[in-house]
Amino acid sequence: MNAVLAFPRLRPRAFIASSVVVWFAAYLALSPLADALVAMLPVARESRLFEAIRFFLYDTPKVLLLLTGVVMVMGMINSYFTPERTRVMLAGRTEGVGNVMAALLGIVTPFCSCSAVPLFIGFVQAGVPLGITFSFLISAPMVNEVALTLLFGLFGFKVAALYLGLGLTIAIVSGWVIGRARMEAHLEDWVRQMPKARATIGEDSLTLADRLEAGFASVREIVGKVWPYVIVGIAVGAAIHGYVPEAFMAKLMGRDAWWSVPLSVLIGVPMYANAAGIIPIVEALLSKGAALGTVLAFMMSVIALSLPEMIILRKVLKPRLIATFVAVVASGILIVGYVFNAVL
Amino acid sequence: MSNVKVLGKGCHNCRATVRLIQDVLQEKGMPLDVEKVEDMQDIAAYGIMSTPGVVIDGTVVHAGGIPARAKVESWFN
Repeated sequence: MNAVLAFPRLRPRAFIASSVVVWFAAYLALSPLADALVAMLPVARESRLFEAIRFFLYDTPKVLLLLTGVVMVMGMINSYFTPERTRVMLAGRTEGVGNVMAALLGIVTPFCSCSAVPLFIGFVQAGVPLGITFSFLISAPMVNEVALTLLFGLFGFKVAALYLGLGLTIAIVSGWVIGRARMEAHLEDWVRQMPKARATIGEDSLTLADRLEAGFASVREIVGKVWPYVIVGIAVGAAIHGYVPEAFMAKLMGRDAWWSVPLSVLIGVPMYANAAGIIPIVEALLSKGAALGTVLAFMMSVIALSLPEMIILRKVLKPRLIATFVAVVASGILIVGYVFNAVL
Repeated sequence: MSNVKVLGKGCHNCRATVRLIQDVLQEKGMPLDVEKVEDMQDIAAYGIMSTPGVVIDGTVVHAGGIPARAKVESWFN
């Protein structure tokens, strides 16, 4: 047992090569395995129950496998992009380029909403412009690997790519608008009085084995927390698969209901859930005929804007800046929802 | 004995870090005083950008995520 546990530490390259092979083999084996399993059940083929069980048996391991792989890789990538290094890259950037960089770095820099305040202060202290800091703060929670993987696993490449592109656009444009509004005076006084710090990069002496360890740690932490949501989400999806009439939500959240986008954002903003927790709802809404733009707007507003986060940020931002932040991001989400419903 | 502070506003990882440190201290038979620093202004003063942070005798030894057990043990040798 000890020899197995020591393998990634002693031979990191060999471990990565063999895990990639095992991972792909497992992924390819899922579909035939699910078929074989469901065939053993005493359920008539082509029945609704058969379809639902097949869907559950195939999708659950598929999504969990995808998630484990992506979180592992992202955990390793994250070890290159510590918040300290990101800060150095963003310090003194001009608006525009800086906003784009901040939004992109938001994807790869590890971020947890409980760190939002120290991170915010760290950025401001090092001279990262306010608008660029906001681009990062919007992108980091909204555009993350868990959301993207789940969207890809359950709804396909197109939905995931759209979410990625639109999430980044909202982060870039909202940050730029907030920067233009010149609201530095609306930071809390103690934040403005903090001594300026020069951003420096701490030494980085991580070996490949250390990065693997970082990958394992994020799998333990993220997949360990998220898996119950995934299973519930897929169970909901399986139950809907064939059972619920398709047009159920079409009237309420379909493309023709113009007020459905603002309503979704209005409901979504005070709600707080992580990307995994919201997926079952997204899945249920989509398969009952809700329009894609409306559902994505709902999902984005739940993840990007939440009451608990506002309360945390209130420590460093005066009410007017918080209100501006919420208004700008919510308008961005609103536009995205409408554009989507119009184009698709 | 050393002065141990855990910086962080009561999130899951911060609580887990406090437990882990107390666990290691208990194993080594050292007193279990771990001070929790929850005020954002105080946390920011240490210059860390991700929580939980760990400060021992005034020096920041860790920031961001639950530290590995081996790392925690190395602080108290």
